[in-house]
Amino acid sequence: MAHIAVPEGIPGIRSLALYRPETAQHLYALAQVLLRDPSPLTPAERELIATHVSARNNCMFCMSSHAAAARELYADQQEIVDCVINQQDSPLLTAKMKALLTIAGKVQQNGKHVTDDDVRKAREHGATDRDIHDTVLIAAAFSMFNRYVDGLATLTPTDPREYEPMGKRLATQGYVPPQPA
Amino acid sequence: MPHIPLEEHLPGITGLLEYRQDSAQPIRKLTQLLLRGPSTLTEAERELIATIVSYGNECTFCTTAHTAAADKLLGESNTTRAIKTDIGSAPVSEKMKALLVIARHVQQSGKSVTTQSIQQAKDAGATDVEIHDTVLIASLFCLYNRYVDGMATRLPESTDYYNTLAERLVTNGYRRLPQGYSHLKKISPTP
Repeated sequence: MAHIAVPEGIPGIRSLALYRPETAQHLYALAQVLLRDPSPLTPAERELIATHVSARNNCMFCMSSHAAAARELYADQQEIVDCVINQQDSPLLTAKMKALLTIAGKVQQNGKHVTDDDVRKAREHGATDRDIHDTVLIAAAFSMFNRYVDGLATLTPTDPREYEPMGKRLATQGYVPPQPA
Repeated sequence: MPHIPLEEHLPGITGLLEYRQDSAQPIRKLTQLLLRGPSTLTEAERELIATIVSYGNECTFCTTAHTAAADKLLGESNTTRAIKTDIGSAPVSEKMKALLVIARHVQQSGKSVTTQSIQQAKDAGATDVEIHDTVLIASLFCLYNRYVDGMATRLPESTDYYNTLAERLVTNGYRRLPQGYSHLKKISPTP
């Protein structure tokens, strides 16, 4: 049960968005800017960073919903998503994305863990300033979202199939705050 | 040195918020609402949450900036000093102590928040919205601390910078200055 009186039966951040729409509008706007608006990284790559950070924070709701979105967006390359969750290498993963995921994983622990060497490696594989900036900010943002969702003990569906429609919705409609029923 | 080129006269978070303004906008708006918007927690109490989380994450820029803002709002510096060493000894309400404990848990992981710590806050009179906002402010500062340190932003050259920044946070809040920040550039000394 959630720590506060959020609407019942609504999972994860959506229950918090219905509880406090004033803060939700900015949180959803931030997710939309970071994961969908123009960036040198594709929406699929950005969902993969979100999934990676959420997996490392053990945030089941965020990991499962962003993994579902990433699978939709990667389409026939969706095995990448499970490789990243299971910390396995994948031939489909570019060297640049591997280097950026390493940076994201360090941000998940603490910003100070990102070294000049991590950034140099990403640049050697073609990462630009914006790739690096957006990776760090997405990883930092999911360090927030994960804590928000788990810190208030929101409802986390355990059946993986429940996340499939969420992934489809996020892939096609992006980040739109839920409206009260 | 920062991992990407940032305006040299804007240390810490400000250079990042100016680097990418479209992502800065929702971050600024969320912060303004949470730290300065209508709330049953005072602005000083909300700055204490920002301070204790930034301190836990060892983010020097954010800790110093929000300590300075809280000190300015409180008119003293004993409280910010006390919360960093022993929340129990701080001259704040029992409710605030319980909320600061929750903030420290969130700083570690969302999963570290216990039903017991939530119950203690409720027993001390915390409302659901206060608990919600405490968790979200603490989470938001986990974003800020990682953004500021993950990009290796510069620290200000002088500690005076933090006083000026705290003054701005008290009077202008977290909104982007309407005139931008180029007026903060140092005037080069004339030979």
